[in-house]
Amino acid sequence: MKVVADTSLCQGHQLCQGEAPDVFGFDADRDVVVLLDEHPDESLRADVRTAVKYCPAFALSIEEEA
Amino acid sequence: MTAAPAHPLAGIPEVSTVLDDQSPEVPEIIRGTGHLPEMRVDPIRLFTRVREECGDVGRFRLAGKDVVLASGAEANEAFFRAPDDVLDQAAAYPFMTPIFGKGVVFDASPEERQQMLKNQALRGDMMRGHARTIEAEIRRMVAGWGEEGEIDLLDFFAELTIYTTSSCLVGRPFREELDSSFARHYHELERGTDAIAYVDPYAEIENFRMRDAARAKLVALVQGIIDRRRARGKVSREDRDLLDVLISLKREDGADQFDADVITGIFISMMFAGHHTSSGTASWAMIELMRHPGVMADVVAELDDLFADGSEVSFQALRSIPVLEAALKETLRLHPPLVILMRLVQEDFDLLGHSIPKGTMIAASPRVSNRIEQDFPKAAEFDPGRYIDPRQEDLQNRWTWIPFGAGKHRCVGNAFAMMQLKAIFSVILRDFTFAMAQPSESYRDDHSKMVIQLEQPCRVRYRRRAS
Repeated sequence: MKVVADTSLCQGHQLCQGEAPDVFGFDADRDVVVLLDEHPDESLRADVRTAVKYCPAFALSIEEEA
Repeated sequence: MTAAPAHPLAGIPEVSTVLDDQSPEVPEIIRGTGHLPEMRVDPIRLFTRVREECGDVGRFRLAGKDVVLASGAEANEAFFRAPDDVLDQAAAYPFMTPIFGKGVVFDASPEERQQMLKNQALRGDMMRGHARTIEAEIRRMVAGWGEEGEIDLLDFFAELTIYTTSSCLVGRPFREELDSSFARHYHELERGTDAIAYVDPYAEIENFRMRDAARAKLVALVQGIIDRRRARGKVSREDRDLLDVLISLKREDGADQFDADVITGIFISMMFAGHHTSSGTASWAMIELMRHPGVMADVVAELDDLFADGSEVSFQALRSIPVLEAALKETLRLHPPLVILMRLVQEDFDLLGHSIPKGTMIAASPRVSNRIEQDFPKAAEFDPGRYIDPRQEDLQNRWTWIPFGAGKHRCVGNAFAMMQLKAIFSVILRDFTFAMAQPSESYRDDHSKMVIQLEQPCRVRYRRRAS
């Protein structure tokens, strides 16, 4: 899977870091999410999905790769 | 030979007129204001007709201004992604200025909103405390309930959400000074959002007189609280709230920075976005659950199971409660608290190939977009199954599933709102069962104000569950 973060939508809630701290970081200067791992391991899929689902800004998504 | 200049929006179809703006039934002050008289009595029919007749981009006339109404994913995305200096919100809501008071802004810029988020009330790590506060407030509200009885949904949830928003956003000591009179005056203020404000927000009409009287009463209540704080003197840091901070601020000449009028305006504006929205959604969720006993049974079973181990509401409300969440999302889709989101065009703006000139109003309608049939099959049906994997019709339709808006201005309090709703239903559905006390179809919204509220009566019977 490929994780996508739209930083023009991110509102800096930082909830994603709680769900998947190895995938999502935070740029404190710009107040937006930073992707630490664009292609996380399958074992993290459930956590990433939760982060996507509960992002209050709808700024995250998962793209499936062939 | 010179032709009259073409209307700058000639390429965008205008919706039909079903209510003649010169008709004798139209109040004199809004005669000749295009579709304003219809928007004031049946806004949903107007916005729905714009999409039906004009498609993704149509327009109607509102008191000398054209309003371009976007709908559908592509047009909505362009609308929601536009920067603030192109599409400005504050100027689009003239009915809010007299409610907040002059000098209190309608909405902060995205940068200011992020700062507010970081500093206080809505930050993720503050949520646990808010969840505890909310659980305690709900328990206080139902503490006086007997074995069975009747409540009015609007009165009940409007009062509850005054206590929760004031306690979480201003602070506990301030909330402890409030009783139902604050909720009543606040409600009268919301009733002052008559669309006649698009002609004159200070017109001599009954709704605006009631609004101004209600605001004055709220200022008097806040003044009383301030006087008691001053008489009491300083308290320790942990007993202070936002009101203590605001009354301690001084200007350079030593005078108070804010008087009771401005402080009341600040509080009104802080609470506004979270009050009628949460109150209305809680009411409609209850109505939809009563209308769909199968869904109600699933939600109750989920909650009974979740709390069987004695875990706390304030803990679980911050976590996943999938069946309840789906029911709440479906309630929000069908009954979005805000039916129209407006902006004023600040510089010429391109919308799907149409150039929209500066000074035009532009809008998106959650009520219309949330019911687009191709995005939400059987759109009029209440079906919480839409949010279960793999359908996820909210995430799949980010620009048309818009009960919270979308883009940079997407409701910054939506996580707070969902947590609050989950806490409310976790408490009341485990202790009580609910039944309609009036015909199902008699529960409906009153659309005569820009702030939509449930029409009264909206009564519900409760009965304590056998433990």
